[in-house]
Amino acid sequence: MGRKSFALPYVVWMIGFTIIPLAMIVFYGLTDNTGAFTLANVAEVMTAEHARALWLSVGLSVVSTLICLVLAYPLAMILKGISRNQNSLIVFIFILPMWMNSLLRTMAWQTILSNQGVLNAVLSFLGLPTVRIINTAGAIIFGMVYDFMPFMVLPIYNVLIKIGQDKVDAARDLGANGFQTFVRVIFPMSMPGVVSGITMVFVPAMTTFVISNLLGGGKILLIGNVIEQAFTSGSNWHLGSGLSLVLMVFIFISMAVLAKYDPEGSNVI
Amino acid sequence: MKNIIKKIYLILMLFYLYAPILVLIVLSFNEARSRVVWGGFSLKWYADLFRNQMVLDALKTTLVIAFSSALAATVLGTLACLGINRMRRFPRTVVMGINNIPMMNADIVTGIALMLCFMAFGVTLSLQTVLLAHITFNVPYVILSVMPKLKQLEGGAYEAALDLGASPVYAFFRVVMPDLMPGILSGFLMAFTMSLDDFVITHFTTGAGVNTLSTLIYSEVRRGIKPTLYALSALMFISVLVLLILINVRPQKKEMID
Amino acid sequence: MERTLIDLKDISKRFGDTMVLDEMNLTVRENEFVTLLGPSGCGKTTTLRIIGGFVQPTTGQVIFDGRDITKLPPNKRALNTVFQKYALFTHMNIAENIAFGLTVKGKSKEYIKDKIRYALKLVNLDGYENRSVDSLSGGQQQRIAIARAIVNEPKVLLLDEPLGALDLKLRQDMQYELIRMKKELGITFIYVTHDQEEALTMSDTVVVMNQGYIQQMGTPEQIYNEPENAFVADFIGESNIVDGIMIEDRLVEICGVRFPCVDEGFGCNKPVDVVIRPEDIRLSETEAGLLEGEVTHLIFKGVHYEMEVMAGSHEWLVHSTKCFPVGTKVSMQVKPFDIQIMNKPESEDEMAVEIDG
Repeated sequence: MGRKSFALPYVVWMIGFTIIPLAMIVFYGLTDNTGAFTLANVAEVMTAEHARALWLSVGLSVVSTLICLVLAYPLAMILKGISRNQNSLIVFIFILPMWMNSLLRTMAWQTILSNQGVLNAVLSFLGLPTVRIINTAGAIIFGMVYDFMPFMVLPIYNVLIKIGQDKVDAARDLGANGFQTFVRVIFPMSMPGVVSGITMVFVPAMTTFVISNLLGGGKILLIGNVIEQAFTSGSNWHLGSGLSLVLMVFIFISMAVLAKYDPEGSNVI
Repeated sequence: MKNIIKKIYLILMLFYLYAPILVLIVLSFNEARSRVVWGGFSLKWYADLFRNQMVLDALKTTLVIAFSSALAATVLGTLACLGINRMRRFPRTVVMGINNIPMMNADIVTGIALMLCFMAFGVTLSLQTVLLAHITFNVPYVILSVMPKLKQLEGGAYEAALDLGASPVYAFFRVVMPDLMPGILSGFLMAFTMSLDDFVITHFTTGAGVNTLSTLIYSEVRRGIKPTLYALSALMFISVLVLLILINVRPQKKEMID
Repeated sequence: MERTLIDLKDISKRFGDTMVLDEMNLTVRENEFVTLLGPSGCGKTTTLRIIGGFVQPTTGQVIFDGRDITKLPPNKRALNTVFQKYALFTHMNIAENIAFGLTVKGKSKEYIKDKIRYALKLVNLDGYENRSVDSLSGGQQQRIAIARAIVNEPKVLLLDEPLGALDLKLRQDMQYELIRMKKELGITFIYVTHDQEEALTMSDTVVVMNQGYIQQMGTPEQIYNEPENAFVADFIGESNIVDGIMIEDRLVEICGVRFPCVDEGFGCNKPVDVVIRPEDIRLSETEAGLLEGEVTHLIFKGVHYEMEVMAGSHEWLVHSTKCFPVGTKVSMQVKPFDIQIMNKPESEDEMAVEIDG
């Protein structure tokens, strides 16, 4: 007894709403309609259609993650230079869009990128040729980068502000120029934040079905779309669960990498 | 020179982050239906929005779910923190590990897992199932913001109160709670925001005819964007802005006093 | 006399509205152990950071080895720093930390390896090459920080309160270690501390600073025995600072009693400050002394007893190996050369210094 028992309701809750549901995916993923064990649902991922969706997901999310990293790192560095306090206004301004409903943010890109959209209006106003980008993989990448970028900025910034000025001073003192200081000290020390950021962008990008639906026009199927359809329109729970198991392998790998570089998970939020 | 490049980069990023939101806000005041032709300033889409019963129902559902799930998660999470803090190392690690799952896992997996579970046990998907799902993914955020405050408290204030003759209950409410309050409050607001923002998990756990703003927007957008959605976007952006200012300004004030 | 290595000329530093250093001049000779001593906010760390190149002075010049290096960035200066909290790179092991400066200068692998071995030997941590920073104690990390700096063969080693985070015993051991290392290396040390004992133990020259000014500069003996003003007297060790009147050369009146002293040239019947160290006051029970009083407090301090004596409406701090219980009537004696006479501060600035100290 004692205060330990205060945790009991939540422990029960976690068993009911976290453990058992995940066990259900495993159960459905590894059985067929009759309840017999099978690997067929998981093996479905090898069929041409599903394999294409899976690799397209991997490809688009890797590209988006890299673009996010390249855009976010300098931003985090600049923000660190301006402000050492996470509560400061300038950091708040850059994080704010993250909290806007992601559907609406994705919708904004549909408005901008569509053939009669804002981008093409601006381009033709400037006398430039218009572009057909909506319903392509490019549009999906635009959406992913925009939606998930703050998730890259925040953990990197949080790590950068923790690197003491004395480490930078020490590197300079020992003869390193600005570039050497960055390559040998600042960047390696910011790795936990970089890995956190990569995970926090890669996992939602890899598993999205909303962005591909809204910006891909339903023509481009990612693994998320396949799974979503298996549950909603197809009602094939076994297939959907089997493919989810495959997806979870990718998630687990990301988690494992994250756990190695940032064991305390201190930089996630 | 270096500073100019930095400033230009900041401005470009700011433009990139806010231009889409700005486009939505500007279009929400556009008299014309078009995305590219300015037909004059108008509030008619806002008027349409407030006359649309489906939107109003969805708004009500969203707020009810956000408020009640955040409240339930706050109670559950705060109690859990007090208990977890007293656990030995191993059970604590296990509980905290499981606690992290809904936060780290992909929303789609959490969503279908809960859906499968409800269906398999014969629970009809409804407002209640959405509520249960939201509580599930909200508790970790409450724990995330209460736990550090509780750790700070380990300096012995509670023990000091007992030493000075306070009963455990009195010591808890007079010494522990006031220090936890900022964490509990920001945990609640965070849970509230998370619930407002969620689409994917709601999508899988909601029943026929039950819409939150997110699921309504999703089905509307798939049918083609109507300008009322721009009005809704503008309003939601302002709400999130206010909510976040509430969350962020509080701890800052506290620090200033310290 | 060794030649001048560092010359600070009229260095001022302003942060916003605060004047941290005001027209400071300081020369450091080759192979000297100079300590900048003062309370926090006195400008000692800023001085060190100006020499290191981390802070640009608002006005003035830093001359190093005859060259003006005021505008030179830290990585181009032939000196290295041991930082207050060590500032070791936690993502590197010990060998990589020590090798850092040599690697960025593109030295050969063999050379670096030899240097690491030599440096670890110097700081008594042979064989620690592959250990991680986190696995070392504070004292060991401190030694690595020193090793990391000295492998670059700097002409000057800057040490910013390097022992501040260590416990008392370790601090005392490290003081001897530092003196030994300095002898072995034969280079200049500029050391910043607020600990007067550290300063007196290790330095050739102590520079006492307060509020951006150098208060006094000299050997440890000079600083301790002949403080030039009330601030130095009060900051270095414990002392009784009382009002006195200089009756004539070599005679001062304190609390209505005349004491012979050794100071001259203050004029006749002039008010002065008188400094007497607590250990220089001899108490006796007989009435033979010059100044009489009563013991009001008594504490046993281990090496000696610390007593407060009320005499002539002033509380005197007295250290003595003899114990006089509270209430004992005592007389106080001071030898002439243990009485230090100082001019009363004239300007408001100096007053401020006194109050602040």
